[in-house]
Amino acid sequence: MKNDKLFERIVHGIFLILGLVTVACVLLITVYLVVSGIPAIAQIGLWDLLFGKAWVPTGSEPQFGILPFILSSVYGTAGALVLGVPIGFLTAVYLSKKASPKVKQLMSAAVSLLAGIPSVVYGLVGMMVLVPGIRDLFSLPDGASLLAAIIVLAIMILPSIISVSITALDAVPKEYEDASLALGATPEETWFRVSVPAAKSGIATAVVLGVGRAIGEAMAVMMVSGNVANMPSLFESVRFLTTAVSSGMGYADGLYRQALFSIALVLFLFIMLINAVLNFFLKGEKRS
Amino acid sequence: MRSRNVFIWTVRLLMWLAAGITAALTLFLLGYVLIKGLPNITWELLSTRPSYLTGRIGILPDILNTVYIIIATLVFVLPLGVGAAIYLTEYATNKRVVGIIEYAAETLSGIPSIIYGLFGTLFFCNFMDLNKSLLAGALTLVIMNLPTVMRTTQESLKTVPQSYREGAFGLGAGKWRVIRTVVLPSCVDGVITGCILSVGRIVGESAALLFTAGFAHALNGFFEGLSSSGATLTVALYVYATEEGDFEVAFAIAAILMILTLLINLSAILIGKYFERKNKV
Repeated sequence: MKNDKLFERIVHGIFLILGLVTVACVLLITVYLVVSGIPAIAQIGLWDLLFGKAWVPTGSEPQFGILPFILSSVYGTAGALVLGVPIGFLTAVYLSKKASPKVKQLMSAAVSLLAGIPSVVYGLVGMMVLVPGIRDLFSLPDGASLLAAIIVLAIMILPSIISVSITALDAVPKEYEDASLALGATPEETWFRVSVPAAKSGIATAVVLGVGRAIGEAMAVMMVSGNVANMPSLFESVRFLTTAVSSGMGYADGLYRQALFSIALVLFLFIMLINAVLNFFLKGEKRS
Repeated sequence: MRSRNVFIWTVRLLMWLAAGITAALTLFLLGYVLIKGLPNITWELLSTRPSYLTGRIGILPDILNTVYIIIATLVFVLPLGVGAAIYLTEYATNKRVVGIIEYAAETLSGIPSIIYGLFGTLFFCNFMDLNKSLLAGALTLVIMNLPTVMRTTQESLKTVPQSYREGAFGLGAGKWRVIRTVVLPSCVDGVITGCILSVGRIVGESAALLFTAGFAHALNGFFEGLSSSGATLTVALYVYATEEGDFEVAFAIAAILMILTLLINLSAILIGKYFERKNKV
Protein backbone atom coordinates (compact mmCIF):
# COMPACT_ATOMS: atom_id res chain seq x y z
CA MET A 1 0.00 0.00 0.00
CA LYS A 2 2.77 2.36 0.92
CA ASN A 3 4.55 1.46 -2.27
CA ASP A 4 1.48 2.39 -4.27
CA LYS A 5 1.36 5.81 -2.73
CA LEU A 6 5.00 6.41 -3.45
CA PHE A 7 4.48 5.27 -7.03
CA GLU A 8 1.52 7.62 -7.51
CA ARG A 9 3.60 10.45 -6.12
CA ILE A 10 6.41 9.76 -8.55
CA VAL A 11 3.98 9.67 -11.48
CA HIS A 12 2.45 12.93 -10.29
CA GLY A 13 5.92 14.45 -10.14
CA ILE A 14 6.76 13.29 -13.65
CA PHE A 15 3.59 14.85 -15.08
CA LEU A 16 4.24 18.03 -13.14
CA ILE A 17 7.67 18.26 -14.74
CA LEU A 18 6.20 17.63 -18.20
CA GLY A 19 3.65 20.35 -17.54
CA LEU A 20 6.33 22.80 -16.55
CA VAL A 21 8.42 22.19 -19.69
CA THR A 22 6.54 24.92 -21.56
CA VAL A 23 7.18 27.40 -18.76
CA ALA A 24 10.83 26.43 -18.71
CA CYS A 25 11.07 26.94 -22.49
CA VAL A 26 9.56 30.41 -22.29
CA LEU A 27 11.91 31.36 -19.47
CA LEU A 28 14.91 29.91 -21.26
CA ILE A 29 14.12 31.73 -24.50
CA THR A 30 13.56 35.00 -22.66
CA VAL A 31 16.75 34.70 -20.65
CA TYR A 32 18.82 33.76 -23.69
CA LEU A 33 17.46 36.61 -25.79
CA VAL A 34 17.91 39.19 -23.04
CA VAL A 35 21.39 38.02 -22.05
CA SER A 36 22.64 37.89 -25.63
CA GLY A 37 20.86 41.08 -26.65
CA ILE A 38 22.16 43.31 -23.86
CA PRO A 39 25.93 43.47 -24.65
CA ALA A 40 25.47 45.16 -28.02
CA ILE A 41 22.94 47.58 -26.56
CA ALA A 42 25.42 48.47 -23.83
CA GLN A 43 28.20 48.98 -26.35
CA ILE A 44 26.25 50.87 -29.01
CA GLY A 45 23.94 52.74 -26.67
CA LEU A 46 20.20 52.21 -26.52
CA TRP A 47 19.39 55.52 -28.19
CA ASP A 48 21.84 55.10 -31.07
CA LEU A 49 20.67 51.56 -31.66
CA LEU A 50 16.93 52.22 -31.62
CA PHE A 51 16.93 55.59 -33.36
CA GLY A 52 20.05 55.45 -35.51
CA LYS A 53 19.10 55.69 -39.15
CA ALA A 54 22.17 54.07 -40.67
CA TRP A 55 22.98 50.36 -40.63
CA VAL A 56 26.58 49.91 -41.77
CA PRO A 57 27.74 46.93 -39.71
CA THR A 58 30.93 46.15 -41.59
CA GLY A 59 32.40 49.55 -42.48
CA SER A 60 35.60 50.94 -40.99
CA GLU A 61 33.33 53.04 -38.78
CA PRO A 62 30.46 50.65 -38.23
CA GLN A 63 27.04 52.09 -37.49
CA PHE A 64 24.27 50.09 -35.90
CA GLY A 65 21.03 52.03 -36.23
CA ILE A 66 18.01 49.78 -36.48
CA LEU A 67 15.35 52.45 -36.92
CA PRO A 68 14.96 51.49 -40.62
CA PHE A 69 14.17 47.90 -39.61
CA ILE A 70 11.74 48.90 -36.88
CA LEU A 71 9.90 51.30 -39.16
CA SER A 72 9.88 48.84 -42.07
CA SER A 73 8.37 46.18 -39.83
CA VAL A 74 5.78 48.58 -38.45
CA TYR A 75 4.84 50.01 -41.86
CA GLY A 76 4.84 46.59 -43.48
CA THR A 77 2.55 45.20 -40.81
CA ALA A 78 0.28 48.26 -40.94
CA GLY A 79 0.08 48.01 -44.73
CA ALA A 80 -0.72 44.30 -44.56
CA LEU A 81 -3.51 45.07 -42.10
CA VAL A 82 -4.94 47.83 -44.30
CA LEU A 83 -5.16 45.39 -47.21
CA GLY A 84 -5.83 42.15 -45.38
CA VAL A 85 -8.27 43.07 -42.61
CA PRO A 86 -11.14 44.39 -44.78
CA ILE A 87 -10.89 41.46 -47.18
CA GLY A 88 -10.58 38.91 -44.38
CA PHE A 89 -13.32 40.48 -42.28
CA LEU A 90 -15.83 40.73 -45.14
CA THR A 91 -15.03 37.19 -46.29
CA ALA A 92 -15.63 35.98 -42.73
CA VAL A 93 -19.01 37.72 -42.49
CA TYR A 94 -20.00 36.30 -45.87
CA LEU A 95 -18.96 32.77 -44.96
CA SER A 96 -20.43 32.85 -41.48
CA LYS A 97 -23.78 34.41 -42.31
CA LYS A 98 -24.62 34.36 -45.99
CA ALA A 99 -22.87 31.47 -47.70
CA SER A 100 -24.60 28.14 -48.13
CA PRO A 101 -23.15 25.30 -46.03
CA LYS A 102 -21.49 23.79 -49.10
CA VAL A 103 -19.77 27.04 -50.05
CA LYS A 104 -18.77 27.58 -46.44
CA GLN A 105 -17.23 24.13 -46.20
CA LEU A 106 -15.36 24.52 -49.47
CA MET A 107 -14.08 27.99 -48.66
CA SER A 108 -13.04 26.93 -45.16
CA ALA A 109 -10.96 24.20 -46.76
CA ALA A 110 -9.45 26.82 -49.09
CA VAL A 111 -8.65 29.06 -46.15
CA SER A 112 -6.93 26.29 -44.21
CA LEU A 113 -4.96 25.48 -47.35
CA LEU A 114 -3.84 29.12 -47.49
CA ALA A 115 -2.83 28.84 -43.85
CA GLY A 116 -0.83 25.70 -44.52
CA ILE A 117 1.15 26.84 -47.54
CA PRO A 118 4.80 27.21 -46.46
CA SER A 119 6.07 30.77 -46.35
CA VAL A 120 8.86 30.03 -48.82
CA VAL A 121 6.21 29.12 -51.40
CA TYR A 122 4.55 32.49 -50.84
CA GLY A 123 7.98 34.04 -51.20
CA LEU A 124 8.68 32.18 -54.43
CA VAL A 125 5.37 33.14 -56.04
CA GLY A 126 5.88 36.71 -54.84
CA MET A 127 9.35 36.74 -56.38
CA MET A 128 8.10 35.47 -59.73
CA VAL A 129 4.75 37.25 -60.01
CA LEU A 130 4.56 40.26 -57.70
CA VAL A 131 8.06 41.63 -57.99
CA PRO A 132 8.15 41.77 -61.82
CA GLY A 133 4.52 42.95 -61.79
CA ILE A 134 5.28 45.89 -59.52
CA ARG A 135 8.41 46.69 -61.51
CA ASP A 136 6.49 46.90 -64.79
CA LEU A 137 3.37 48.55 -63.37
CA PHE A 138 5.22 51.42 -61.73
CA SER A 139 8.21 51.33 -64.13
CA LEU A 140 10.76 50.88 -61.36
CA PRO A 141 14.29 49.57 -61.76
CA ASP A 142 13.46 46.78 -59.30
CA GLY A 143 10.12 45.58 -58.02
CA ALA A 144 11.48 44.08 -54.79
CA SER A 145 9.98 46.62 -52.43
CA LEU A 146 7.99 47.34 -49.31
CA LEU A 147 4.83 47.17 -51.44
CA ALA A 148 5.60 43.61 -52.54
CA ALA A 149 6.20 42.62 -48.92
CA ILE A 150 2.94 44.27 -47.85
CA ILE A 151 0.92 42.36 -50.44
CA VAL A 152 2.52 39.02 -49.56
CA LEU A 153 1.98 39.65 -45.83
CA ALA A 154 -1.64 40.69 -46.45
CA ILE A 155 -2.27 37.35 -48.15
CA MET A 156 -0.45 35.45 -45.42
CA ILE A 157 -2.51 36.97 -42.59
CA LEU A 158 -5.84 36.38 -44.39
CA PRO A 159 -6.36 32.82 -43.10
CA SER A 160 -5.91 33.67 -39.42
CA ILE A 161 -8.17 36.71 -39.73
CA ILE A 162 -10.86 34.77 -41.60
CA SER A 163 -10.92 31.63 -39.47
CA VAL A 164 -10.81 33.37 -36.09
CA SER A 165 -13.47 35.90 -37.17
CA ILE A 166 -15.72 33.10 -38.44
CA THR A 167 -15.48 31.32 -35.10
CA ALA A 168 -16.43 34.54 -33.32
CA LEU A 169 -19.30 35.33 -35.70
CA ASP A 170 -20.66 31.78 -35.55
CA ALA A 171 -20.78 32.04 -31.77
CA VAL A 172 -23.14 35.04 -31.76
CA PRO A 173 -26.42 33.84 -30.19
CA LYS A 174 -29.15 33.29 -32.75
CA GLU A 175 -31.65 35.18 -30.57
CA TYR A 176 -29.78 38.46 -31.11
CA GLU A 177 -30.13 38.13 -34.85
CA ASP A 178 -33.70 36.91 -34.70
CA ALA A 179 -34.67 39.87 -32.54
CA SER A 180 -33.11 42.28 -34.98
CA LEU A 181 -34.81 40.60 -37.95
CA ALA A 182 -38.15 40.60 -36.15
CA LEU A 183 -37.81 44.34 -35.61
CA GLY A 184 -37.68 44.76 -39.37
CA ALA A 185 -33.94 45.00 -40.04
CA THR A 186 -32.73 43.34 -43.21
CA PRO A 187 -30.27 40.43 -42.93
CA GLU A 188 -27.38 42.63 -44.02
CA GLU A 189 -28.22 45.27 -41.43
CA THR A 190 -28.50 42.58 -38.80
CA TRP A 191 -25.10 41.09 -39.61
CA PHE A 192 -23.23 44.36 -39.56
CA ARG A 193 -25.09 46.16 -36.78
CA VAL A 194 -25.86 43.28 -34.45
CA SER A 195 -23.66 40.25 -35.16
CA VAL A 196 -20.41 42.09 -35.82
CA PRO A 197 -20.59 44.28 -32.70
CA ALA A 198 -21.46 41.19 -30.66
CA ALA A 199 -18.40 39.40 -32.03
CA LYS A 200 -16.07 42.37 -31.78
CA SER A 201 -13.62 40.98 -29.24
CA GLY A 202 -13.22 37.82 -31.33
CA ILE A 203 -12.63 39.89 -34.44
CA ALA A 204 -10.13 42.04 -32.55
CA THR A 205 -8.35 38.83 -31.53
CA ALA A 206 -8.20 37.87 -35.20
CA VAL A 207 -6.60 41.18 -36.12
CA VAL A 208 -4.03 40.97 -33.32
CA LEU A 209 -3.15 37.43 -34.42
CA GLY A 210 -2.64 38.83 -37.91
CA VAL A 211 -0.32 41.50 -36.52
CA GLY A 212 1.72 38.81 -34.80
CA ARG A 213 2.01 36.75 -37.96
CA ALA A 214 2.92 39.72 -40.12
CA ILE A 215 5.57 41.14 -37.83
CA GLY A 216 7.15 37.73 -37.28
CA GLU A 217 7.29 36.55 -40.89
CA ALA A 218 10.82 36.26 -42.21
CA MET A 219 11.32 34.07 -45.26
CA ALA A 220 8.56 35.32 -47.54
CA VAL A 221 9.47 38.92 -46.77
CA MET A 222 13.13 38.19 -47.33
CA MET A 223 12.40 36.88 -50.82
CA VAL A 224 10.30 39.83 -52.04
CA SER A 225 11.53 42.93 -50.21
CA GLY A 226 15.01 43.22 -51.70
CA ASN A 227 16.62 43.29 -48.27
CA VAL A 228 18.45 46.65 -48.40
CA ALA A 229 18.58 48.59 -45.13
CA ASN A 230 16.75 51.69 -46.39
CA MET A 231 14.39 53.86 -44.43
CA PRO A 232 11.01 52.49 -45.50
CA SER A 233 9.33 53.83 -48.60
CA LEU A 234 6.67 52.02 -50.56
CA PHE A 235 8.62 51.47 -53.77
CA GLU A 236 12.05 50.94 -52.32
CA SER A 237 13.82 47.87 -51.15
CA VAL A 238 13.56 47.47 -47.38
CA ARG A 239 14.73 45.23 -44.60
CA PHE A 240 12.47 44.12 -41.74
CA LEU A 241 13.48 43.24 -38.17
CA THR A 242 13.06 39.56 -39.02
CA THR A 243 15.02 39.69 -42.25
CA ALA A 244 17.78 41.75 -40.64
CA VAL A 245 18.33 38.85 -38.25
CA SER A 246 18.13 36.12 -40.85
CA SER A 247 20.27 37.83 -43.47
CA GLY A 248 23.14 38.50 -41.07
CA MET A 249 23.11 35.33 -39.01
CA GLY A 250 25.01 33.27 -41.54
CA TYR A 251 28.27 35.18 -41.48
CA ALA A 252 28.19 37.96 -38.86
CA ASP A 253 30.66 37.96 -35.99
CA GLY A 254 31.79 40.21 -33.14
CA LEU A 255 29.70 43.28 -32.43
CA TYR A 256 27.74 42.75 -35.67
CA ARG A 257 26.55 39.35 -34.44
CA GLN A 258 25.69 40.77 -31.03
CA ALA A 259 23.74 43.59 -32.66
CA LEU A 260 21.66 40.95 -34.47
CA PHE A 261 20.74 39.51 -31.09
CA SER A 262 19.69 42.99 -29.98
CA ILE A 263 17.44 43.20 -33.05
CA ALA A 264 15.93 39.85 -32.10
CA LEU A 265 15.36 41.17 -28.59
CA VAL A 266 13.52 44.21 -29.98
CA LEU A 267 11.40 41.89 -32.15
CA PHE A 268 10.74 39.69 -29.12
CA LEU A 269 9.56 42.69 -27.11
CA PHE A 270 7.18 43.62 -29.92
CA ILE A 271 5.80 40.07 -29.88
CA MET A 272 5.40 40.06 -26.10
CA LEU A 273 3.51 43.33 -26.35
CA ILE A 274 1.23 41.81 -29.00
CA ASN A 275 0.74 38.73 -26.80
CA ALA A 276 -0.29 40.94 -23.90
CA VAL A 277 -2.84 42.71 -26.09
CA LEU A 278 -4.05 39.34 -27.38
CA ASN A 279 -4.51 38.05 -23.85
CA PHE A 280 -6.46 41.17 -22.97
CA PHE A 281 -8.93 40.50 -25.80
CA LEU A 282 -9.12 36.78 -25.05
CA LYS A 283 -9.98 37.54 -21.44
CA GLY A 284 -12.62 40.02 -22.60
CA GLU A 285 -14.13 37.30 -24.75
CA LYS A 286 -14.25 34.81 -21.90
CA ARG A 287 -16.01 37.32 -19.68
CA SER A 288 -18.70 38.18 -22.21
CA MET B 1 -35.72 53.50 -47.87
CA ARG B 2 -33.30 54.30 -50.66
CA SER B 3 -30.34 54.74 -48.39
CA ARG B 4 -31.15 51.37 -46.87
CA ASN B 5 -31.07 49.79 -50.28
CA VAL B 6 -27.78 51.49 -51.02
CA PHE B 7 -26.36 50.13 -47.77
CA ILE B 8 -27.59 46.62 -48.47
CA TRP B 9 -26.21 46.51 -51.97
CA THR B 10 -22.86 48.04 -51.09
CA VAL B 11 -22.43 45.55 -48.29
CA ARG B 12 -23.45 42.64 -50.50
CA LEU B 13 -21.12 43.75 -53.24
CA LEU B 14 -18.21 44.20 -50.86
CA MET B 15 -18.78 40.79 -49.31
CA TRP B 16 -18.92 39.09 -52.67
CA LEU B 17 -15.82 40.95 -53.75
CA ALA B 18 -13.89 39.98 -50.62
CA ALA B 19 -14.93 36.33 -50.74
CA GLY B 20 -14.19 36.31 -54.46
CA ILE B 21 -10.70 37.68 -53.88
CA THR B 22 -9.99 35.05 -51.22
CA ALA B 23 -11.23 32.23 -53.45
CA ALA B 24 -9.39 33.56 -56.51
CA LEU B 25 -6.15 33.93 -54.55
CA THR B 26 -6.29 30.35 -53.34
CA LEU B 27 -7.06 29.00 -56.79
CA PHE B 28 -4.37 31.14 -58.36
CA LEU B 29 -1.69 30.09 -55.89
CA LEU B 30 -2.60 26.44 -56.21
CA GLY B 31 -2.85 26.52 -60.00
CA TYR B 32 0.23 28.65 -60.57
CA VAL B 33 2.53 26.59 -58.38
CA LEU B 34 1.27 23.27 -59.74
CA ILE B 35 1.42 24.37 -63.39
CA LYS B 36 4.90 25.83 -63.00
CA GLY B 37 6.17 23.03 -60.81
CA LEU B 38 4.67 19.71 -61.87
CA PRO B 39 6.37 19.55 -65.30
CA ASN B 40 9.73 19.95 -63.57
CA ILE B 41 9.25 16.99 -61.27
CA THR B 42 11.15 14.10 -62.77
CA TRP B 43 12.09 10.74 -61.37
CA GLU B 44 15.73 11.73 -61.55
CA LEU B 45 15.04 14.83 -59.45
CA LEU B 46 13.24 12.81 -56.81
CA SER B 47 15.61 9.88 -56.65
CA THR B 48 19.13 11.32 -56.75
CA ARG B 49 21.36 13.64 -54.86
CA PRO B 50 22.92 16.72 -56.40
CA SER B 51 26.25 16.21 -58.09
CA TYR B 52 28.53 19.03 -59.05
CA LEU B 53 30.50 16.77 -61.35
CA THR B 54 27.62 16.11 -63.70
CA GLY B 55 25.65 19.25 -62.85
CA ARG B 56 22.76 17.03 -61.83
CA ILE B 57 20.27 18.30 -59.28
CA GLY B 58 18.38 15.86 -57.09
CA ILE B 59 16.30 16.46 -54.02
CA LEU B 60 16.27 12.99 -52.48
CA PRO B 61 18.46 14.14 -49.56
CA ASP B 62 16.09 17.03 -48.87
CA ILE B 63 13.08 14.71 -48.91
CA LEU B 64 14.81 12.31 -46.51
CA ASN B 65 15.91 15.17 -44.26
CA THR B 66 12.32 16.36 -44.06
CA VAL B 67 11.16 12.86 -43.08
CA TYR B 68 13.96 12.50 -40.50
CA ILE B 69 13.19 15.83 -38.92
CA ILE B 70 9.46 15.03 -38.75
CA ILE B 71 10.17 11.71 -37.01
CA ALA B 72 12.71 13.19 -34.60
CA THR B 73 10.45 16.11 -33.69
CA LEU B 74 7.40 13.92 -33.09
CA VAL B 75 9.37 11.46 -30.94
CA PHE B 76 10.18 14.29 -28.54
CA VAL B 77 7.12 16.48 -28.79
CA LEU B 78 4.44 13.80 -28.33
CA PRO B 79 5.39 12.64 -24.83
CA LEU B 80 6.06 16.22 -23.73
CA GLY B 81 2.84 17.64 -25.13
CA VAL B 82 0.60 14.76 -24.07
CA GLY B 83 2.19 14.69 -20.63
CA ALA B 84 1.66 18.41 -20.17
CA ALA B 85 -1.96 18.10 -21.27
CA ILE B 86 -2.56 15.21 -18.86
CA TYR B 87 -1.02 17.21 -16.04
CA LEU B 88 -3.28 20.16 -16.79
CA THR B 89 -6.54 18.21 -17.03
CA GLU B 90 -5.95 15.36 -14.58
CA TYR B 91 -3.54 16.51 -11.92
CA ALA B 92 -3.35 20.26 -11.61
CA THR B 93 -5.55 21.60 -8.86
CA ASN B 94 -3.88 24.97 -8.44
CA LYS B 95 -5.52 27.48 -10.78
CA ARG B 96 -2.45 29.71 -10.73
CA VAL B 97 -0.22 26.92 -12.01
CA VAL B 98 -2.68 26.06 -14.77
CA GLY B 99 -2.88 29.71 -15.72
CA ILE B 100 0.90 30.06 -15.87
CA ILE B 101 1.34 26.93 -18.01
CA GLU B 102 -1.41 27.97 -20.39
CA TYR B 103 0.00 31.47 -20.66
CA ALA B 104 3.42 30.00 -21.40
CA ALA B 105 1.94 27.81 -24.14
CA GLU B 106 0.19 30.80 -25.66
CA THR B 107 3.41 32.78 -25.57
CA LEU B 108 5.28 29.95 -27.28
CA SER B 109 2.75 29.78 -30.09
CA GLY B 110 3.10 33.51 -30.68
CA ILE B 111 6.89 33.58 -30.97
CA PRO B 112 7.98 33.93 -34.62
CA SER B 113 10.03 31.14 -36.13
CA ILE B 114 13.06 33.34 -36.76
CA ILE B 115 13.39 33.85 -32.99
CA TYR B 116 13.17 30.10 -32.49
CA GLY B 117 15.91 29.79 -35.06
CA LEU B 118 18.10 32.21 -33.17
CA PHE B 119 17.40 30.55 -29.84
CA GLY B 120 18.08 27.14 -31.37
CA THR B 121 21.43 28.38 -32.66
CA LEU B 122 22.38 29.69 -29.24
CA PHE B 123 21.07 26.87 -27.13
CA PHE B 124 21.07 23.64 -29.13
CA CYS B 125 23.86 24.36 -31.61
CA ASN B 126 26.27 26.25 -29.38
CA PHE B 127 25.45 25.51 -25.76
CA MET B 128 24.53 21.85 -26.17
CA ASP B 129 27.22 21.48 -28.78
CA LEU B 130 25.06 19.84 -31.42
CA ASN B 131 26.40 22.19 -34.08
CA LYS B 132 24.29 22.65 -37.18
CA SER B 133 22.42 19.38 -37.35
CA LEU B 134 19.01 17.96 -38.04
CA LEU B 135 18.79 17.06 -34.35
CA ALA B 136 19.32 20.68 -33.34
CA GLY B 137 16.65 21.67 -35.87
CA ALA B 138 14.27 19.01 -34.60
CA LEU B 139 14.71 20.08 -30.97
CA THR B 140 13.98 23.66 -31.97
CA LEU B 141 10.81 22.47 -33.71
CA VAL B 142 9.85 20.50 -30.60
CA ILE B 143 9.48 23.75 -28.66
CA MET B 144 7.55 25.32 -31.54
CA ASN B 145 5.06 22.45 -31.77
CA LEU B 146 4.70 21.79 -28.05
CA PRO B 147 1.71 24.17 -27.64
CA THR B 148 -0.09 22.60 -30.62
CA VAL B 149 0.13 19.01 -29.35
CA MET B 150 -0.69 20.17 -25.84
CA ARG B 151 -3.79 22.05 -26.96
CA THR B 152 -5.26 19.33 -29.19
CA THR B 153 -4.68 16.68 -26.52
CA GLN B 154 -6.25 18.90 -23.90
CA GLU B 155 -9.32 19.45 -26.07
CA SER B 156 -9.83 15.72 -26.51
CA LEU B 157 -9.26 15.03 -22.81
CA LYS B 158 -12.00 17.48 -21.99
CA THR B 159 -14.47 15.33 -23.94
CA VAL B 160 -13.77 12.27 -21.77
CA PRO B 161 -16.84 12.03 -19.50
CA GLN B 162 -16.06 12.57 -15.83
CA SER B 163 -18.16 9.49 -15.04
CA TYR B 164 -15.59 7.21 -16.73
CA ARG B 165 -12.92 8.43 -14.34
CA GLU B 166 -15.21 8.20 -11.35
CA GLY B 167 -16.23 4.70 -12.36
CA ALA B 168 -12.61 3.61 -12.53
CA PHE B 169 -11.78 5.26 -9.20
CA GLY B 170 -14.83 3.61 -7.69
CA LEU B 171 -13.51 0.22 -8.73
CA GLY B 172 -10.43 0.98 -6.70
CA ALA B 173 -8.02 1.98 -9.44
CA GLY B 174 -5.20 4.36 -8.56
CA LYS B 175 -4.72 7.65 -10.38
CA TRP B 176 -2.05 6.34 -12.73
CA ARG B 177 -4.11 3.27 -13.58
CA VAL B 178 -7.09 5.47 -14.42
CA ILE B 179 -4.94 7.61 -16.66
CA ARG B 180 -3.35 4.64 -18.38
CA THR B 181 -6.54 2.66 -18.95
CA VAL B 182 -9.28 5.29 -19.22
CA VAL B 183 -7.82 8.69 -20.04
CA LEU B 184 -4.97 7.87 -22.42
CA PRO B 185 -6.95 5.65 -24.82
CA SER B 186 -9.59 8.32 -25.23
CA CYS B 187 -7.20 11.11 -26.11
CA VAL B 188 -5.93 9.30 -29.18
CA ASP B 189 -7.91 11.52 -31.55
CA GLY B 190 -6.43 14.66 -30.02
CA VAL B 191 -2.93 13.25 -30.29
CA ILE B 192 -3.44 12.31 -33.94
CA THR B 193 -4.84 15.74 -34.76
CA GLY B 194 -1.87 17.29 -32.98
CA CYS B 195 0.47 15.08 -35.01
CA ILE B 196 -1.08 16.14 -38.31
CA LEU B 197 -0.94 19.83 -37.40
CA SER B 198 2.66 19.46 -36.27
CA VAL B 199 3.67 17.64 -39.43
CA GLY B 200 2.12 20.49 -41.42
CA ARG B 201 4.11 23.04 -39.47
CA ILE B 202 7.35 21.06 -39.71
CA VAL B 203 7.00 20.59 -43.47
CA GLY B 204 6.38 24.31 -43.92
CA GLU B 205 9.02 25.59 -41.53
CA SER B 206 12.11 27.26 -42.89
CA ALA B 207 13.28 30.26 -40.87
CA ALA B 208 13.85 28.23 -37.70
CA LEU B 209 15.76 25.55 -39.60
CA LEU B 210 18.02 27.69 -41.75
CA PHE B 211 20.51 28.30 -38.94
CA THR B 212 19.89 25.28 -36.76
CA ALA B 213 19.82 22.50 -39.35
CA GLY B 214 21.82 24.16 -42.09
CA PHE B 215 21.59 23.49 -45.80
CA ALA B 216 23.75 20.56 -46.82
CA HIS B 217 22.45 18.09 -49.40
CA ALA B 218 24.27 14.94 -48.32
CA LEU B 219 22.55 11.57 -48.53
CA ASN B 220 22.51 10.03 -45.05
CA GLY B 221 20.86 7.30 -43.04
CA PHE B 222 18.57 8.24 -40.15
CA PHE B 223 21.00 8.49 -37.24
CA GLU B 224 23.86 9.73 -39.35
CA GLY B 225 21.48 12.30 -40.83
CA LEU B 226 20.37 13.54 -37.42
CA SER B 227 23.87 14.38 -36.39
CA SER B 228 24.82 16.16 -39.61
CA SER B 229 23.67 19.33 -41.26
CA GLY B 230 20.92 19.03 -43.84
CA ALA B 231 18.32 21.04 -45.72
CA THR B 232 14.64 20.19 -45.57
CA LEU B 233 12.47 20.75 -48.65
CA THR B 234 11.53 24.30 -47.67
CA VAL B 235 15.10 25.30 -46.94
CA ALA B 236 16.19 23.70 -50.22
CA LEU B 237 13.51 25.71 -52.05
CA TYR B 238 14.83 28.89 -50.46
CA VAL B 239 18.42 28.09 -51.37
CA TYR B 240 17.59 27.13 -54.96
CA ALA B 241 15.39 30.20 -55.48
CA THR B 242 17.63 32.86 -53.93
CA GLU B 243 21.22 31.67 -53.86
CA GLU B 244 21.35 29.46 -56.94
CA GLY B 245 18.63 31.17 -59.00
CA ASP B 246 17.39 27.78 -60.21
CA PHE B 247 13.68 28.45 -60.43
CA GLU B 248 12.78 25.20 -62.17
CA VAL B 249 13.93 23.17 -59.19
CA ALA B 250 12.43 25.74 -56.81
CA PHE B 251 9.02 25.41 -58.46
CA ALA B 252 9.27 21.63 -58.52
CA ILE B 253 9.86 21.68 -54.74
CA ALA B 254 7.07 24.24 -54.33
CA ALA B 255 4.68 21.93 -56.18
CA ILE B 256 5.69 19.02 -53.96
CA LEU B 257 5.16 21.16 -50.87
CA MET B 258 1.79 22.27 -52.21
CA ILE B 259 0.69 18.67 -52.72
CA LEU B 260 1.91 17.76 -49.24
CA THR B 261 -0.01 20.70 -47.78
CA LEU B 262 -3.14 19.57 -49.63
CA LEU B 263 -2.73 16.02 -48.35
CA ILE B 264 -2.13 17.16 -44.77
CA ASN B 265 -5.18 19.42 -44.87
CA LEU B 266 -7.30 16.69 -46.39
CA SER B 267 -6.29 14.14 -43.77
CA ALA B 268 -6.95 16.66 -41.00
CA ILE B 269 -10.48 17.20 -42.35
CA LEU B 270 -11.13 13.48 -42.83
CA ILE B 271 -9.80 12.53 -39.41
CA GLY B 272 -11.81 15.32 -37.79
CA LYS B 273 -14.97 13.99 -39.45
CA TYR B 274 -14.14 10.41 -38.50
CA PHE B 275 -13.71 11.25 -34.84
CA GLU B 276 -16.80 13.41 -34.84
CA ARG B 277 -18.84 10.47 -36.08
CA LYS B 278 -17.17 8.10 -33.64
CA ASN B 279 -17.79 10.38 -30.67
CA LYS B 280 -21.44 10.79 -31.54
CA VAL B 281 -22.11 7.06 -31.45
